[in-house]
Amino acid sequence: MHTEKLDNILETTGKSSSELIEVLQEVQKTYNYLPEDILRNVSEKLEVPLIEVFRVANFYKAFTLKPRGEHILTVCMGTACHVRGAPKFLDEVLGQLGIKPGETTEDGEFTVETVNCLGACALGPVVVLDGKYYDHMTAGKLRVLIQKYRNKSCKESKKQ
Amino acid sequence: MNTITSMKSLKELSERTKKDNQKYSKIVTLCAGTGCQASGCSSIITSLHEELKHKGLTEKIKIRTTGCHGFCEQGPLMVIEPENIFYSFVKPKDIPEIVSETLSKDKIIERLLYTDATSGKKITYERDISFYKSQNRTVLEQNKLIDPCNINDYIAQGGYSALVKVLTKMSPEEIIQEIKESGLRGRGGGGFPTGKKWEYCRNAEGSPKYVICNADEGDPGAYMDRSVLEGNPHAVIEGMLIGAFAIGAKHGYIYVRNEYPLAVKHSKIAIQQAEELGLLGKNIFGTNFSFDIKIVRGGGAFICGESTALMASLEGKVGEPRPKDIHTTDKGFNDLPSNLNNVETWANVPFIIKNGASWFASKGTAKSKGTKIFALTGQIKNTGLIEVPMGTSLRKIIYDIGGGSATGKRIKAVQTGGPSGGCLPEELFDLPVDFEALAEAGSMVGSGGMVVMDESTCMVDVAKYFLKFLLDESCGKCVPCRVGLSRMLEIIDDITKGKGTEEKMELLKETAETVSIASLCALGKTAPNPILSTIKYFQSEYEAHIKDKRCPAGVCRELIHYSIDEDKCTGCGSCLKACPHGAISGEKKKSYRIDDDQCEKCGICKEVCKFNAITIS
Repeated sequence: MHTEKLDNILETTGKSSSELIEVLQEVQKTYNYLPEDILRNVSEKLEVPLIEVFRVANFYKAFTLKPRGEHILTVCMGTACHVRGAPKFLDEVLGQLGIKPGETTEDGEFTVETVNCLGACALGPVVVLDGKYYDHMTAGKLRVLIQKYRNKSCKESKKQ
Repeated sequence: MNTITSMKSLKELSERTKKDNQKYSKIVTLCAGTGCQASGCSSIITSLHEELKHKGLTEKIKIRTTGCHGFCEQGPLMVIEPENIFYSFVKPKDIPEIVSETLSKDKIIERLLYTDATSGKKITYERDISFYKSQNRTVLEQNKLIDPCNINDYIAQGGYSALVKVLTKMSPEEIIQEIKESGLRGRGGGGFPTGKKWEYCRNAEGSPKYVICNADEGDPGAYMDRSVLEGNPHAVIEGMLIGAFAIGAKHGYIYVRNEYPLAVKHSKIAIQQAEELGLLGKNIFGTNFSFDIKIVRGGGAFICGESTALMASLEGKVGEPRPKDIHTTDKGFNDLPSNLNNVETWANVPFIIKNGASWFASKGTAKSKGTKIFALTGQIKNTGLIEVPMGTSLRKIIYDIGGGSATGKRIKAVQTGGPSGGCLPEELFDLPVDFEALAEAGSMVGSGGMVVMDESTCMVDVAKYFLKFLLDESCGKCVPCRVGLSRMLEIIDDITKGKGTEEKMELLKETAETVSIASLCALGKTAPNPILSTIKYFQSEYEAHIKDKRCPAGVCRELIHYSIDEDKCTGCGSCLKACPHGAISGEKKKSYRIDDDQCEKCGICKEVCKFNAITIS
């Protein structure tokens, strides 16, 4: 088993059990999700029972135990976005991609996640696609955006 | 870099920075808060740098990228000093013109000026804009004067002089007394007197003691803490240093939301710069006082905004709250005395020390002192961050600062205090915003979210939204919150689907009261607020859903129908193309129809129709 990446992470975070959340954040950043074998390693190295590691991994929304797609679409469901119509276009995007929040499309292209507030409330509804913020979203605009990313991926795969 | 060891060396650095700035004939301030970044400010900053270089103006004109200015709706924002010219919605293509006209020839570019929401007039200077004019900014004011990644900017604004003052001239007891006299109360929602909390923690037994900054701003619709930490991290650090000295703490933590990457980045840079100048670390100012700060990122759990849950999370555990019969000031993080305050509370501390308790206490109401930052959002014209004295009326905030309704529809409510708060109707807009007045009306100041709602918002749907949110975020530890909220959601869900009954309404109220009394922590205790306040003030909307099976705002999907007004429909076909569910049929240039069975009520057709032909009934 390759533990090199985890060792690198632990070098910066330290091996104290209180660093568990920080370690998991870094693991997720590295692998895009929390792989089971790595969690077993984390449990050993930090000397935290495996069940506790899984409990923490399950408790916090920032963590996911399933691999995520190439593009991460985060839809803000905060109050300001809600009153400006976020639920409508969330349903729309989910319908279009055929998945539920937290799931990934079959082709591994998109993962849709919801977040309770991104703190960009004045610009709502807001979505974040691969770290880039898009403001004043509507169902129509979101459709175009997803299509754009799909086309981009297609072009890139053709080039290869 | 030389460390700062005296008031004299701090002043010297401040003077040097000011002098450096005087070399420039103009300073262009660009907002680079998350809001303006979402609106694309990064490419503007790059373009401006390139253009100035190209025109050989880098020696004459300085670019200052700052944190949030507050007027996010108008972003990307640019303010040109010393004139105070305010440009909104700036685009990269505007940059050459701004450089050649405004920066080189002092010519104003009309189209980039802000248009007043009420009068429709163009306004040239930031100070004349009603959104800013009606505010009283202290903490937020510094945001636009400071590059958060440059400690010298903060020092030039008098930063860290409060720290020097307490370390050289004040005893811990005097500091606590000063904070007590100022009347400062926790800005995170609880409103507990800060000085008292510090005193408890100072007198508690156990060592080491900790000070913690709560930057786990989880309330949806609130983002003032994010903006303060992003835009002025040194004010928070200085506040924590002063608190730590008063309490006798050696270590500090900033627990910040994972969703706020820029706040994490800026506070890390700020800590590093403060350490380099000897303002953080060992033997600060050559005294015996040593203090360090560590940043800890949250895991995305709303409950971690609660003090005991936050401290459990700091320890690397699941963020579950515990009963508070033993206060965290006695046994908190690692079972040691810990003092937790929120970002805005910490940021107010240096101002109180610098200007005195009476200066702070002169603003606000009898029991709520000072100014408070609110996130003004929803269906109003001027959305953004505002700072006003406590006691300002909701009406002034919504109409004078917020500019009133954005859609022309009547504003019917304002939601304050996030999921723990409530919805207040238009009749109560003259209420002063302070801790007591809002609590009495069934809502709360909370951390400062204010979401304005007009007639297109269904209050039953809003109540359901908050319940869903709270159920989702309930940690599940205690039964009243976990089970009670589930049952409440079932009832309210039925109401929005036209299946509600009057008997169930009674059960809803009863359950809400039980959850409120029996829950372990504030999440459960305040969870019924959105339900009870909407029932109290918007009874008629509940009745319409239950008796008439009708949603007056046209929001609840099971109770509405989309149709096409044949008189208005031109047969352009754009709705047919846009409908993702194949629910629209008809021929071009003739009127179209919506098939009710196929229609998912997504509203895309209404969005694309240019002729306003889609109606909701």
